[in-house]
Amino acid sequence: MEALAAVGNRVRRILETVQDVTLFCVSVIRSAFFPPYYKHEILEQVHFAMIGSMFIVMFSALVAGQALAIQLARELAKTGAKSELGHFMVISSVRALGPVLTGIVVASRMSAGITAELGAMKSSDQIDALVAFGTDPLKRLVAPRMIGLWIALPVLTVVGDALSVIGGGFVGLGYHVTFQSYYNGVAKYLTPTNLLVGMIKPVFFAVLITTVACWKGLTSAGGAKGVGVATTQSVVISSVGILVTDFISTKLIFRVLGW
Amino acid sequence: MIEFRDVSFSIDDRPILTRVSFNVERGQTRVILGPSGSGKSTILRLLIGLWRPDSGSIVVDGEDITQVTPERMREVRKRMGMVFQQGALFDSMTVGENIGYTLLEDGHDEVEIEEAVRTYLLQVGLDPALADRMPDELSGGMQRRVAIARALAARNPDVLLYDEPTTGLDPQSAERITDLIVQLRDTMGKTSIMVTHDIADAFKVGNRVTVLDRGMVVFEGTPAELTEASNAFIGEFLAPFRKAVAAASRRMDTRGLGVGGPGPQHQPGGNP
Repeated sequence: MEALAAVGNRVRRILETVQDVTLFCVSVIRSAFFPPYYKHEILEQVHFAMIGSMFIVMFSALVAGQALAIQLARELAKTGAKSELGHFMVISSVRALGPVLTGIVVASRMSAGITAELGAMKSSDQIDALVAFGTDPLKRLVAPRMIGLWIALPVLTVVGDALSVIGGGFVGLGYHVTFQSYYNGVAKYLTPTNLLVGMIKPVFFAVLITTVACWKGLTSAGGAKGVGVATTQSVVISSVGILVTDFISTKLIFRVLGW
Repeated sequence: MIEFRDVSFSIDDRPILTRVSFNVERGQTRVILGPSGSGKSTILRLLIGLWRPDSGSIVVDGEDITQVTPERMREVRKRMGMVFQQGALFDSMTVGENIGYTLLEDGHDEVEIEEAVRTYLLQVGLDPALADRMPDELSGGMQRRVAIARALAARNPDVLLYDEPTTGLDPQSAERITDLIVQLRDTMGKTSIMVTHDIADAFKVGNRVTVLDRGMVVFEGTPAELTEASNAFIGEFLAPFRKAVAAASRRMDTRGLGVGGPGPQHQPGGNP
């Protein structure tokens, strides 16, 4: 009976947390659309997310694109359809691999930074000090981070897509796929719809990363150790959450587009 | 001006404050005294609306702030300046940006903010050249003084709230802080609440004292009345203070500063 009560309590706590996080997420999205806007903080976050993550996204996308192209080129060669490499690279990179890879790389980097920073601010009473001076922490600390990621993530995704496709082209040359046939495949399938599909997902990823990282930071407790635990949880939840969000958003987008 | 009426507050069913009542008159300093974990800091957090009490009311200038909207509470907060334990300075900003934070939020221009930062740094006895330093480049005592300057700069509040302002400081720095608090009360007429576990600070700063034990008020009165209180908890709580006063008195006697014989400097082999 006690075990059953313990399970019941645990389920209740999980449901309460889900409810709190959902309400927090809605409040953050709402606060991002209404003034006051902290322009300096937004620019700082765009810089931190975009410039700070650019190299690692480019490098990861280039390597991952090449690895994908090796697999595709080998399989396509077996069926005599090597000329389709550009087509398959565009579909898999722009629609699937690019957004997810960029999302995970940015989630790992940003969520750790955000949670650690907000956690340290909370443990030293800086968040309470903001409130005491009449500032809404959601407006000042959380909304700029979400807006920053809304701007940075789609740009990083496009850069990642491009590097992934370019990397695939170099691999194709090694498998006797001419530059012209690769380019034709890329140009034919790099449609606005495919690009849009890849650009919508980062908007959802930005909401996920900001919500998880800020929530974990703002609710961390237990000093330096507590902040460390919150930071680890934030990275894990954000990274896994990217995969889950990718699946859900893909289903949603396909349904909307009638694919 | 400020009144707590039967305020109770708990976290996870654990009572933190039980039916706490006291009031603070305009221009007065009320000291909330008690050991660690007695619920002292909770009082300040309830007053600035970080938390809401389970029951009772908190009245500021005739308005029950437990019943107001978050927007109204933001306005009420503008009349209060809070000095947090350890200062809670924004560590990503310079000293000047910390002090000018609310002025920038209120849309003041750069020249006005620079002038205000200079004025408030001088007022708390710090060199205006420190404005460009980062908080972690300052000593603990200087950080507390910057925190007081920031609280003063926050729309020149009527009420100042101090949460353990001298904790962790050396005696000299602690004395500078308490001198500053007394000076702000006497020269600017600020109404203040200071939370502390330091009895000497309470006696120096407070017009009236409230002593808390496990979230309940066990004494309310003047510092002089506190020394005469017969409550067992207060007797125990004041014991280290009384011992310290007695020891200091004995030392003064031994050194010839009091009623006793000649000091060490007058004794053969004495330490000058």
